[in-house]
Amino acid sequence: MGNNILVKLNNVGFQQNQKWLVQGVSLQVEKGKIVTLIGPNGSGKSTTAKIALGLFKNIEGQVEKFTNNIGYVPQKISIDWTLPLRVRDFMLLTDNLTEDVIDEALSLTGVINLKDKSLGNLSGGEFQRVLLARAISKKPELLVLDEPVQGVDFTGEIALYELIKEISEKLNCGILLISHDLHTVMSATDHVVCLNGHVCCSGSPKEVAKNSEYKALFGEQAAQTLSIYEHKHDHVHTNDGDIKKN
Amino acid sequence: MFDDFFIRALVAGIGIAFVTGPLGCFVVWRRLSYFGDTLAHSALLGVTIAYSLEFNIAVSIFLISSAIALILIQLQKKTNLPSDALLGLLAHSSLAVGLVVIGFLTFIRFDIMGLLFGDILAVNKKDLLTIWVGGALILLVLRLIWKPLLASTVNYELAQAEGLNPDRAKAVFTVLLAAIIAISIKLVGVLLITGMLIIPTAMARNLSDNPQKMVIFAIIGGLLSVFIGLFSSLEFNTPSGPSIIAAALVLFIFSLLKVKQTIQLKN
Repeated sequence: MGNNILVKLNNVGFQQNQKWLVQGVSLQVEKGKIVTLIGPNGSGKSTTAKIALGLFKNIEGQVEKFTNNIGYVPQKISIDWTLPLRVRDFMLLTDNLTEDVIDEALSLTGVINLKDKSLGNLSGGEFQRVLLARAISKKPELLVLDEPVQGVDFTGEIALYELIKEISEKLNCGILLISHDLHTVMSATDHVVCLNGHVCCSGSPKEVAKNSEYKALFGEQAAQTLSIYEHKHDHVHTNDGDIKKN
Repeated sequence: MFDDFFIRALVAGIGIAFVTGPLGCFVVWRRLSYFGDTLAHSALLGVTIAYSLEFNIAVSIFLISSAIALILIQLQKKTNLPSDALLGLLAHSSLAVGLVVIGFLTFIRFDIMGLLFGDILAVNKKDLLTIWVGGALILLVLRLIWKPLLASTVNYELAQAEGLNPDRAKAVFTVLLAAIIAISIKLVGVLLITGMLIIPTAMARNLSDNPQKMVIFAIIGGLLSVFIGLFSSLEFNTPSGPSIIAAALVLFIFSLLKVKQTIQLKN
């Protein structure tokens, strides 16, 4: 049955100011599955997610979207002080939801006690949980989570990934997850795509983790030292993101 | 009852305050205060064109302000000048061109002070109709684009990803801004209409914890400013615009006391 597919990218690319941010990416997200994009800073993870969301007009390749019910947690979101927002106002940002639906989503992510607090007064971890609650509140078919654990400590990260796994099972939605650390997402993901301007490698988390380059990249000390990112492929990446053949 | 000029000014001011409150909130949230200023400055050009072509003033201002907004968008795409420089360029050149054109129209007697700072005597019955009908339309349209506009103010891409249309909301909002400037220029004046949008809103921020509350406080602040400002304008024979804005400033200063209290409570 092909109709489990929620979004399918076929050889997509996007360039800005004559520079390719990402190129030649193919992937698909299915119902109930979690696809994780990993890669160093500037490797095009967020760009790929935005292509999947349909945020760019002039892209190369094809994007097929089979749902319009999408929840999105962007990488950066800053609430200006001049705009007073409580958590409950934030939950209603893109959709009209009933109190029950709001409560359910906030309970699921464990932040129901913050409902009447101002967004500006939340801690990093609380804010990420509120972002997640907002994204899942309308029971989306597709969730796109761009670094949903940023600003959260290590134990908090693991708890959040477990929560994301739980959400995907409960809502039976497809999730496109962006992370810079495969180890903490390992148990939660079905398919990993490793990006560096293009797809460097992909497969199940085990396959990717077995990859010897991958070990060099994301090994024991990997969490801290992502800057030494190298691949054993037929090319190297120059500092400005260009690709040089060996 | 509308035969008394003061009643007319008051009714006009009340109508304007109901619209500048909510629009002003978005101007502050979206950091558009300088943009509002630019549209208002270009309104003077609109007035002169209306006079020279014997055209409806409000419609003329509205068209010129919208045109300036379009020109700004084009310039942003085609030059590398930062937005604030472009806004300054448009604001001052349209103000200057407006004043130069006035210089040429020697056959018409212009009350320049009235145009720049508002004139309590200038509001006629037709203006009241324009303000109240136009104001009601502006509020209705703002209600319709409230959700996409607020969502894209928080995060543009999030709004777009979840199926809203932030670009359309932004374009419509720009038109609404041009419209409120067009209908309120007579009372408040070209140079001070942005103050009417921003100062009651700034006061409201100090008293609110959510967007709806802030809109309501901004309206209340605007209404109080209009009442206090117009009564003192009558009493002291000062121009209406500056009197209203000065009243708004006093209210803002009072609202700071409330902020100070909450900060002390937190400590």
